[in-house]
Amino acid sequence: MSTKALALDPRKEAADRLFARKRLIAFSAPALILAYLTYIFFAFDIPGLAERARWDNAVILVSDTVTHKVHIERDNRDGTVEAAVEGERKGAWPEGTYPDWVAVEAGTTTIDLGDGHIITYLPDGGVTYDIPGWGFFEALPTRTEGIRSNLPEEVPDWINASENRIAITTEAGRLTVTRNRTAVFRYFAGWELFWFTLDSPYHGKGVVELLTGPRLVPERSNVAGMWDGFWNNNMWNHGVVAWALGETILMAFLGTMGAAMVALPIAFLAARNFTPFAILRGAVRRLLDFVRGVDALIWTIVLSRAFGPGPLTGALAILITDSGTFGKIFSEALENVDEKQIEGVQSTGARPIQRYRFGVIPQLTPILLSQVLYFLESNTRSATIIGAITGGGIGLLLTQAIITQKDWEEVSYYIILVIVMVIAMDWFSGWLRRRLIKGGEGGE
Amino acid sequence: MADISADSVGGTPKVRDEYLALIQRKRLYSGVLLAVFVLLMVSGFLVANDRNAGGFLTGLPNIFDFPAEVVREAWVKRAELPGYLLRYLPALIETINIAAVSTLLGVIAGTILSLLSTRGMALWPRMIPVFRRIMDILRAIPEIVIALVLIFVLGGGPVPAVIAIALHTAGAIGKLYSEVNENASLKPVEGLHSVGASWMQRMWLGVVPQVAPNYLSYGLLRFEINVRASAILGFVGAGGIGYELRNSMTWGQGRFDQAAAIFLLLFATIVVFDQISSRYRNRLVRGAMT
Repeated sequence: MSTKALALDPRKEAADRLFARKRLIAFSAPALILAYLTYIFFAFDIPGLAERARWDNAVILVSDTVTHKVHIERDNRDGTVEAAVEGERKGAWPEGTYPDWVAVEAGTTTIDLGDGHIITYLPDGGVTYDIPGWGFFEALPTRTEGIRSNLPEEVPDWINASENRIAITTEAGRLTVTRNRTAVFRYFAGWELFWFTLDSPYHGKGVVELLTGPRLVPERSNVAGMWDGFWNNNMWNHGVVAWALGETILMAFLGTMGAAMVALPIAFLAARNFTPFAILRGAVRRLLDFVRGVDALIWTIVLSRAFGPGPLTGALAILITDSGTFGKIFSEALENVDEKQIEGVQSTGARPIQRYRFGVIPQLTPILLSQVLYFLESNTRSATIIGAITGGGIGLLLTQAIITQKDWEEVSYYIILVIVMVIAMDWFSGWLRRRLIKGGEGGE
Repeated sequence: MADISADSVGGTPKVRDEYLALIQRKRLYSGVLLAVFVLLMVSGFLVANDRNAGGFLTGLPNIFDFPAEVVREAWVKRAELPGYLLRYLPALIETINIAAVSTLLGVIAGTILSLLSTRGMALWPRMIPVFRRIMDILRAIPEIVIALVLIFVLGGGPVPAVIAIALHTAGAIGKLYSEVNENASLKPVEGLHSVGASWMQRMWLGVVPQVAPNYLSYGLLRFEINVRASAILGFVGAGGIGYELRNSMTWGQGRFDQAAAIFLLLFATIVVFDQISSRYRNRLVRGAMT
């Protein structure tokens, strides 16, 4: 009895120690993570974030994404009135024409914002705004003494008035009066002029009418004209955007395939079973490590200095970075090939080339293809990022649109396009992988 | 016996012909596939070359100009290099912190998403496709998009980068982990269920111990990827070493010694984390096999 207990004692102690250690780890790992997150909380100044954050920017971002506004502006110096989507030249109504809620007669412009909100630009340069539930606002910009208005001393917080500028924001729209310019913004849901700009004859027509109705332009069919109007729409630039998407996919395709072609022969040099010379093998491996270690960011900067901005630079940056990664993956796959197949092929009297072709490559193809196709998908995303740095493809358009901080509807449009593009590439590469690898296995 | 051999002799030419025809058809298919591929590559290259600011052939001789210039300037001012390395160390630490925090948050979110979208483990089995689509979308958005939008709202600094990388990591890790989960045995989960364990307990005690080595291995790989991503995001204004790199690049010629120091730091960091993570991953996966 006692000898048995003696023999068990050390084991029990060992088990206890193991449990104690595991318990320690189980409690210390979450504690460490918590401590680290606390450190980060202060290192990244999260408490100060709430102050720095510009929530008004977030509101602009969201509201501009889902709505568009139409500007009705009067130049107070010469009295001309212009209507334009987002106040942009390319979204302007043709000279002398206005949206149907704006009436211009003998110098008086009447703007009906709906729900009883009526704004009138008077011939003398003054402006009136009939605000339901508040009263009748009148203002007259003058050269010398600012803007004269009938505003009381105490104004509600939706009116912002100073000597030279009055801004009134209601649920129907926004009126700003300055000395030189009186402007009304009316907000509408959706993206305006997405299909055709205002100067296109096809604007504002129904689909059925355009497809079955008479030719609006006698020289060509409606479909051809519509395509032209859509593709060259200078508000949304669909043609340019399509090219940018194509460039991004092209960068990913050229980069990935090129990298695979460069990496395959190098991988043989880095594989233990194909390159017996340890020095050569070591040198090739260090080279691959170096290429991978110099990040895509650095390659992109170096290459854009040599080749300038554009899709070729992006493709080469992906090519070089991924050559390193592919070289490593392929050489590991080569080290795991089954020698028996090679011997079998050799026993039939095959020459070295044939041995590689029929003994090695068939074993390698599924791994190689699936890796290449997986990278093709992930490189579509990288190409967007690289494009933002070098200046090419949809990444460039996206960063430009974000940096101007104005056309958020375009930003969200590009984001949607990028997501659709990446998901499509994901689906496509998955489909190709299933087809090719299954076909390969069935045939071999 | 005689009959069979006579039969097979009669059948051999037919079988051989069919086999040769099959081979020929296969060769034709691979030939066409190869031709299409070569055509795509060549035309793609020509289009890319055409749309690039500088052509391939004109740029090729200049490819080493910039690295040579950086190395030359760094060599001339090599005495100042240690100082620069020290000066940019805090920025480097920030970049690594961004990567670490976003990996941590992304892995936690990705684990939950993956458990919610694996058959047999999901809390709400009907919601599996919803969580899968959420992961697809998270994975599809490039980090730079979220980062740039968040920089507009939250201002520059590490937080937009953390959120952007963490969201992408959650999607990518979620997919990888749910593939790992598919291979885990459901018996412990059922056993725990039978004694009345809650969903959290079933996952924590029944699933996580089985998959922990693979989780850790993928998590380390992701950390390595995120170090690179956070350097790139710094370049577009999210703080860290990338931001310093862009600043030093804009100073232009004569000031590339600082860029050289940053290149050196970035390179060393990436190589170190690459080596550490691949060593530990090998150990984890081999440990899981035995």
